[in-house]
Amino acid sequence: MNWFFQLQRDALLALVRAIVGATVAAHEAPPAHTVIFSNHTSHLDTLVLLAALPREQRNRTRPVAAADYWNAGAIRRYMARRILNVVMVDRTAGGPAALVPLEQALDQGWSLIVFPEGTRRQAPLPGPFRTGLFHLTKARPALALTPAYLENMHRVMPRGAPFPLPLLCRVHLGEPVRNDAGEDKDAFLARAHAAVCALANGTRAA
Amino acid sequence: MSEGFVSIGLLVLALLVVASVIGYALHLRSEGRSDTVNNLNARIRAWWGMAVVMFGAMLLGSTVTLIVFAFASAMALREFLTLTPTRQADYWPLFIAFFFAIPMQYLLLGMKWYGLFSVFIPVYVFGLVSFASALSQDTDSFFQRNAMILFAVMVCVYGVSHAPGILVLDIRGFGGRNVELLFFFLFIVQLSDVLQYVFGKLFGRHALSPQVSPSKTWEGLIGGGLSATLIGGALHPITPFGFWTATAVALQIVVCGALGGLVLSAVKRSLGAKDWGSSIAGHGGFMDRLDSVTFSAPVFFHVVRYFWT
Repeated sequence: MNWFFQLQRDALLALVRAIVGATVAAHEAPPAHTVIFSNHTSHLDTLVLLAALPREQRNRTRPVAAADYWNAGAIRRYMARRILNVVMVDRTAGGPAALVPLEQALDQGWSLIVFPEGTRRQAPLPGPFRTGLFHLTKARPALALTPAYLENMHRVMPRGAPFPLPLLCRVHLGEPVRNDAGEDKDAFLARAHAAVCALANGTRAA
Repeated sequence: MSEGFVSIGLLVLALLVVASVIGYALHLRSEGRSDTVNNLNARIRAWWGMAVVMFGAMLLGSTVTLIVFAFASAMALREFLTLTPTRQADYWPLFIAFFFAIPMQYLLLGMKWYGLFSVFIPVYVFGLVSFASALSQDTDSFFQRNAMILFAVMVCVYGVSHAPGILVLDIRGFGGRNVELLFFFLFIVQLSDVLQYVFGKLFGRHALSPQVSPSKTWEGLIGGGLSATLIGGALHPITPFGFWTATAVALQIVVCGALGGLVLSAVKRSLGAKDWGSSIAGHGGFMDRLDSVTFSAPVFFHVVRYFWT
């Protein structure tokens, strides 16, 4: 990404920080190469997570987002492609084919931000995870998956809200989980889900 | 810029310099290892910032002062509502609180529309927020949520806005030196807090309210409160009052401020927090500095309005 787009991105993130805070309640800095997975309640979540990362790491991180949303309209497409360097994923396709762009990005050394629920949820705690997170780790048992919990974002900008409320949002980052013990799909996803919920437990939300 | 304004500026400057020197001496003595001293120095540094912002605003005139207070209201409301367990269904009530109640309340002050300023929040915002809550179709602890939002708006917007409200009063025989009276109010409220803290640290033995605010003591309250009251009397030249009246008014500010601070400590604890926020180093959040303003400003405003306009 060139400096011009980075400047626009950082200006946008400064605005996001001014409105919702987006401070990190870091328990530990995330590993350099990682997949950050988080609960998902608002359209600002991607920006809030990027805002919470140190600049260095942000430059090496690409959010994963639904192609149908980010390709709708010129402004969204510009933001996704130029400013945020989004990895587009086809939600409708499903199956392992949908994950190919993610695996390519990972193998090129990018870190990723994913929302494993696949959709925004109107509640403080995340809903069931879809299976993508598990499939990503099958060929990569050493891959560090960093759980994140976005506190308050469900109140800041619920579905249908035109503008974020200036409530303070904190980003909680947890100890990475790895799929290196040969767990089956359900056990691994349950563990990953529990890691996000455990971060929520330290907050007022739970 | 009047003579009174220059002298209070010099007074505050002198106080801050003395505080910084004492803070530095304590720092040398404790070799940076005492949490109390480190916190004290963080507080003093933040006081410099707050004093510069307040004096800058007051020098630039009442419009800028109103904008600074509107911003402080917004920051306080943000901290308050962040800690308040509202739900996603409260989006529109909160939207009204942030984006309608705050700008409108301060705009009414700027327009000097006293009649609407004094009833806008208790009548119109009260109605609008409640209607929006009812329309949101979420009845789960509806009453608590609605009441908490309205309380927050009363404290952070209605209460705080009465401090700069002093600027728009037409005070008899005061020659438009209202900014000095606003300074008098802010100075006594904050000085009372500071002196209660200092007296409490030096002489505090008997807890005033162990459940609500463990650090407050009777010695702090009485020593700090009485000193602030007497200093208020001594500052009567920057007010429309004589010495004894100024002392009585300062006592009102101190008493309402201390009780208001206690109320908000209780609210804070019931919300499970120690500080309102972390935006002012050493102090906590905006609300930690405005807590004693919120309850004493409206009473002070009405005392002045009733007897001196």
